[in-house]
Amino acid sequence: MRGISENSLGWVIRNRTSELLKGWWQPGILLAALIFSIPVLTIASFLLQPSGDVWQHLVDTVLTGYLINSALLTLGVGLGTLSIGVTCAWLTSLCQFPGKKLFIWALLLPLAMPAYIIAYTYTGMFDFAGPVQTLIRDWTGWGYGDYYFPEVRSLGGAIVMLSLVLYPYVYLLARAAFLEQSVCVIEVSRTLGCNAWSSFYRVALPLARPAIVAGLSLALMETLADYGTVSYFGLGVFTTGIFRTWFGLGDSAAAAKLAAILLLFVFTLIVIERWSRNRAQYHHTTNRYRQLPQFQLTGFRALIAFVACLLPLLFGFLLPASQLGLWALDTYTVMVDASFIRLTLNTILLGLSTAVLAVLLALFFAYGKRVLASKLVFASVRVVATGYAIPGTIIAVGVIIPLAWFDNTLDAYMRDQFEISTGLLLSGTLFALMFAYLVRFLAVSIQSVESGLAKIRLSMDEAARSMGYKPAETLFRIHLPLMKGSVLTALLIVFVDVMKELPATLILRPFNFNTLAVRAFELASDERLADSSTAALMIVAVGLLPVILLSRSIASSRAGS
Amino acid sequence: MTSQLDIEKLDVSYGDNQVLRQISFSLQPGNIGCILGPSGCGKTTVLRAIAGFEPVLGGRILINQVEVSSSYFCVAPEKRDIGMIFQDFALFPHLSVADNIGFGLKSWSSGQQQTRVREMLAITGMLAYGQAYPHQLSGGQQQRVALARAMAPRPGLLLMDEPFSGMDIDLRKQLAREVRNILKQENITAILVTHDQHEAFAIADNICVMDEGRIQQQDTGYNLYHQPANRFVANFIGQGVIIPGSVESPHSVQTELGHIEGKLPISHATGTEVDVLIRPDDVIHDDSSSETAIVIDKSFLGADFLYYLRMDSGIEVLCLAPSHHNHKINERIGIRLDVDHLVIFDRN
Repeated sequence: MRGISENSLGWVIRNRTSELLKGWWQPGILLAALIFSIPVLTIASFLLQPSGDVWQHLVDTVLTGYLINSALLTLGVGLGTLSIGVTCAWLTSLCQFPGKKLFIWALLLPLAMPAYIIAYTYTGMFDFAGPVQTLIRDWTGWGYGDYYFPEVRSLGGAIVMLSLVLYPYVYLLARAAFLEQSVCVIEVSRTLGCNAWSSFYRVALPLARPAIVAGLSLALMETLADYGTVSYFGLGVFTTGIFRTWFGLGDSAAAAKLAAILLLFVFTLIVIERWSRNRAQYHHTTNRYRQLPQFQLTGFRALIAFVACLLPLLFGFLLPASQLGLWALDTYTVMVDASFIRLTLNTILLGLSTAVLAVLLALFFAYGKRVLASKLVFASVRVVATGYAIPGTIIAVGVIIPLAWFDNTLDAYMRDQFEISTGLLLSGTLFALMFAYLVRFLAVSIQSVESGLAKIRLSMDEAARSMGYKPAETLFRIHLPLMKGSVLTALLIVFVDVMKELPATLILRPFNFNTLAVRAFELASDERLADSSTAALMIVAVGLLPVILLSRSIASSRAGS
Repeated sequence: MTSQLDIEKLDVSYGDNQVLRQISFSLQPGNIGCILGPSGCGKTTVLRAIAGFEPVLGGRILINQVEVSSSYFCVAPEKRDIGMIFQDFALFPHLSVADNIGFGLKSWSSGQQQTRVREMLAITGMLAYGQAYPHQLSGGQQQRVALARAMAPRPGLLLMDEPFSGMDIDLRKQLAREVRNILKQENITAILVTHDQHEAFAIADNICVMDEGRIQQQDTGYNLYHQPANRFVANFIGQGVIIPGSVESPHSVQTELGHIEGKLPISHATGTEVDVLIRPDDVIHDDSSSETAIVIDKSFLGADFLYYLRMDSGIEVLCLAPSHHNHKINERIGIRLDVDHLVIFDRN
């Protein structure tokens, strides 16, 4: 019966067991899932609402532009991340060349670099007054207009910036897929007459395709969610359009409607990603792994491989990080003052408290899913875990609208009944901000906690139960001690994500409340690039922590071992 | 004597798929029962239903005369007074051997806990390993710790789910004997689930053979082998062939191999066509016999050879012969029948 109780029927069995554990847990999970879905539901409802004048104005003037720009941006970043990600993944998994060991983890470093930071760093380096063009003019004696230099602050520039920091998603998943392939399929293809190259194109690449598509859709979700880069470059896409409509035209309904359309695109990506991940499972051809044969590259070929891996690392991390470092050395004595320390503390406190909440909620959801295992709970957890794909801008708008409604309704009621004005209770508070963070980042903590739980066999739970422990006691005595690592990882990743988050923070932060990300972005927007570098560098430095964790886990885990 | 475990007409299903049908059996205090069957027969489900991990659709389960499961009623596993040994042992990797064994003793005083843990370590021969961690132990040692941990709280019923499945054959035999001795010494009522009949014979007082969610026969190992209740049990337990025969009298059957005497389970009219089970130990190799057969294959078992023989009529039988009778393939050898237990099935 083992076979049956552990395959697809598994949930049915545990589902029925769960009927014995009725209580507050399952309703609690359903309610929490509903609450965390409010922002997305709010935005989605605007798809159906009648459009006002402002919306008609948007349709007549800017909407087509938003659509075209967003499409071009997505297409460009898609091509960029694919070509960089797959090339590097293939070189570092199936080839042997000098420096490969270093590149395997170093190629992840750009993940630590938020796109808006790399965007204004490059602007500072490459615009007319920047060091590069100044150097060219000094050497050649040319003046303004005498030569062509590509404009960083353009659609093309945004594509390059985003590709440089988002390719690791494709790289990570593609590399894992290449490594997980059984040596047998590759060898079988060789015995059937394929040479090394054609076995890559005809076997390895098609087998890795679902994983590559999944990585690509993650990168594109980030692209659609980006606000900092496109705003800094002055591009009209959906996220910037939402901001302009909200703050410029003051029309929340039209902004929400824009957000709703963006949501449609995001959902398409979510569907593609889920579908690809499912397919990727079927592409696991075997559970017997052996190190794949490596193509030994020498001479010119090795040099090309080396350069191909070096370029994304150089431009995606080393160069911008060094520039930030140089700027920070110049300016930190002025920039680090009492207000800087206060906003650093703000950021840390906000990040920590959100992270702790996110992990507690993740335990509640993930352990509930394990113990209750009902279809409803599965679906709820899945809905909550969709937040990672939703752009911060959408979530912010989706949080602010219901909260404002709640505040106004309560205020009106209290005035009516008791002649007391409650004012804005929730809007514009840290509560609203943290709620938005949780909507976006719960997925991260749930995923981490779930993967920790998944490593603990169900027989552990049952053993504890058979020795007289209730489910909650089992969680504290068995699961938590065994999954300390996953819990800490979840804390760290949520903390860093909160620290880097920009658009939702910009919209929802309480008056006069600043974080490092907001401060860096504000200074950069005021063209004080050098001044913004200290805050930016701190974000990058902290952002390196989860990347290091990730690269270490990649180095230590090998498929099949 | 009142029984320690009673299962009455148990039905369990996963969705629309009914995996257990009308399972009934009982276990007396101090006895070791076994549920034996091929994989997928539902045997693990029985165990998990007893433990309270599976709800039941119909029927009921009583442990020590107390009802713990019926449809719409299920006592939580932690309140059932059971101990369980899992297929993968499920030792807690973050706890030492002693802490694992003491895990179920949370309501005991710390002095009692220490005494009991020491006692269990001694019984299982693991006294030197109290402070070791599970990953430092061999498979056999982990097995002993799992046994000690499950027995420590003195459960009314010990459940064992394929506890020897991950081990090599020699260790299996040795541990099965050890476990039986410990259980008997501690007078523990236990029930074992396995697909391995030798394990079942070595450890159990009473065996239920299961197939397709039903109990096919409940008996001692000896009887399962010599008096199988149906074709499934005949095939599943031991080796043998089924040959055609016809009823001669209420006490005998005529077959190709000759005349077999014995008690017929049901009276059949003379001349009724039946099938007769012939075990390898029913066919005796005898050079002086006039009946002969051709060796078509053989396997060496150490003390014995198992010969695959073809009679002139084309019927094939098995014959267990001492290994100094080393015959070649295609050689013609003499055989005779010596059937202790006549087992016949109706011809379909």
